[in-house]
Amino acid sequence: MNASENGSHVSFLEHKGKYKGILSWLLTTDHKKIALLYLYSIMIFFFVGVILGLLMRIELFKPGETIMDAQTYNGMFTIHGIIMIFIIVIPALPAIFGNFFLPIMIGAKDVAFPKLNLFSWYLFIIGAIFGVLSQFIGEGSPDTGWTFYVPYSAESSTNVIYALVAAFILGFSSILTGLNFIVTMHRMRAPGMGWFRMPLFPWSLYATGWIQVLATPIVGITLLMVIAERVLKIGFFDPALGGDPVLFQHLFWIYSHPAVYIMILPGMGIVTEIFPTFSQKPVFGYTAILFSSLAIAFVGYFVWGHHMFTAGISYGSRWFFSFLTFIVAVPSAIKVFNWISTMYGGSIDLKPPLLYAIFFIFLFMIGGFTGLTLGSVATDVQAHDTAFVVAHFHYIIFGGMGFAFFAGLHYWFPKIFGKMYNNTLAYAGSIVIFIGFNLLYFPQFIIGLQGMPRRYFDYLPQFQTGHQLSTIGGFILFIGLIIMVYNLVYHAKKGAPAPSNPWKGVTLEWQIPSPPSHENFEEIPQIKNHPYFFGESTGNK
Amino acid sequence: MSVQAIHNERIDSETGKLGMWIFLFTELFLFGGLFLVYAVFRAKYSADFHHAAEELNTFIGTLNTVFLLVSSMTVAMSITAIQKDDKKLALFLVGLTVLLAGLFMMNKYFEWSHKFEFKIYPGSEVLKNLPQGELLFFGLYYMMTGLHALHVLIGMILLLINIVKIKNGTVSSNHYLHLENSGLYWHLVDLIWIFLFPLLYLIT
Repeated sequence: MNASENGSHVSFLEHKGKYKGILSWLLTTDHKKIALLYLYSIMIFFFVGVILGLLMRIELFKPGETIMDAQTYNGMFTIHGIIMIFIIVIPALPAIFGNFFLPIMIGAKDVAFPKLNLFSWYLFIIGAIFGVLSQFIGEGSPDTGWTFYVPYSAESSTNVIYALVAAFILGFSSILTGLNFIVTMHRMRAPGMGWFRMPLFPWSLYATGWIQVLATPIVGITLLMVIAERVLKIGFFDPALGGDPVLFQHLFWIYSHPAVYIMILPGMGIVTEIFPTFSQKPVFGYTAILFSSLAIAFVGYFVWGHHMFTAGISYGSRWFFSFLTFIVAVPSAIKVFNWISTMYGGSIDLKPPLLYAIFFIFLFMIGGFTGLTLGSVATDVQAHDTAFVVAHFHYIIFGGMGFAFFAGLHYWFPKIFGKMYNNTLAYAGSIVIFIGFNLLYFPQFIIGLQGMPRRYFDYLPQFQTGHQLSTIGGFILFIGLIIMVYNLVYHAKKGAPAPSNPWKGVTLEWQIPSPPSHENFEEIPQIKNHPYFFGESTGNK
Repeated sequence: MSVQAIHNERIDSETGKLGMWIFLFTELFLFGGLFLVYAVFRAKYSADFHHAAEELNTFIGTLNTVFLLVSSMTVAMSITAIQKDDKKLALFLVGLTVLLAGLFMMNKYFEWSHKFEFKIYPGSEVLKNLPQGELLFFGLYYMMTGLHALHVLIGMILLLINIVKIKNGTVSSNHYLHLENSGLYWHLVDLIWIFLFPLLYLIT
């Protein structure tokens, strides 16, 4: 196990494969290198998305035109949405941490289909390039919003087709990643690791994988239909030709609501790994967390209609979807109880990953509760299409998935790069991000309820205070991100060497040297215990 | 465990097949979206759909169904042939499958170009003047059979690759995962057609 200490250990970063230099990355089939390819490319696109968001916040600092005209603003919120949703939030956690740690945590040497894995990354890059290009070439950036609602998306003279193609290709990449993970978990678990000895991060990826596989094709065909609508005037969604625009909304949300769980489930999986490690205590309610992941994945498939309460769907379907939406809150709440119970009575060590994970719970709960406001029909009619929705969405996606991403980054950084980051800077970064985040999005709940519509480039003077606080928060958040990224990037090269198990974790990734070798394990481990077995004294069997 | 043979060029057969099956699920859902749209418009414009469906040539449709059903059989037989290490027979059967697929595509070509002659294609003036349900029917007809034809083409390419692989021995009685997966894909192409054919041609 301590091969690094006797000098025979060669990390995957130094491993000499068939190719040299840049090709050793571009043609790699090593799941760890592919994970890093995803990490670097996603970070670059993330900052593109962040800058677009900041520009919008500057525009909204004062009523009227501040730095851009209305059409540019429309393009910006569309591309901000497309980049953030399709290029970052949906793929990031499975593609980065899933790729890196799924095989290691189940004791395998790679994913089931290593070449397909690399192919998924190429698809991802092609799709991402299409997405970014649509902003800059041809008829101007798409202005439909990331939801591509017809009939406008069929009529807008902007580059909608590029954006549709981008989303289609990115969806395909996402399907292949999900497929790869499902097969990996079915076929490649180490001897002794039954399904119920699998750690919970892989379990969350398993639930996610099935959503990716079963929901994404629906949006794929829907986007193709919109393209056909634009190019061939096929008429499915055009009332003038007998079609039905609401049909598009159904098809779109049949995927895009489950997609929300593609975004959040792996995040939940990451914090589920973090709480036991920093409490030095087995996770509370392993089975409950596991089945709540599957329950979210399953029920999440049947709630899409809550995006359409004001679209003219029938009374019956409104209460049906509203009821199911409330059902989804149950497994999410089970998870929150379990995380908190895991900490109860543990020896808590408040390291940066745990701090991020606690922020995650806090923000996720605000996002979750305001989600119920939107899930009940009566209040949704009031809050629909206001800044309230924007705030809710960002609390769930950025406060949830985003903070889980940062938590995972700080948790597994020593394992990935074999270096330690600076703890003080990490605390500073996380607290500044947390403050900036709340200042950025919380005022939007308030102005939203007061009637500020979403996606508007101009507003009435009474919303100005809220918008200005929000913009200031945006800049604080940005500074926090810079601190965090500086800390991580600088210390990835110059940091102190990390021991193989800096946090005293018990899952398999902590039993091998940091960074892992090319083959992960010298010999395939035999699993004899529950994944969160901290020794007899903790009373866990 | 043989499953753990990493960075080994060959993927173990159970793993490979599981991956293919899951991929086929995604294909079903891809077409599922179109079937859903079909169901909605069929319910809304049943009389128009009835009229429009009568325009389609049931004879060509039936012929194509026969081609695909037989080709599904020949591809399954080719797998048995390769299991029995009969390379020649396997090559013949895969070749026959590709031939039948080619006949299917040829028929499709004549069928579509016949429609084009009467100016029945999405966006045409003739179509615009038809009742709305008929317009949507033809939209669905082109989209569904078009997407299906694309899958037939992909299947043909996969089978052609198999011919090369059987010849140079990469696909053999010890390792025929590639042929088996291509066969699975081909059955899916067949299966989708089994649903498309009655929905578009027969229910009038």
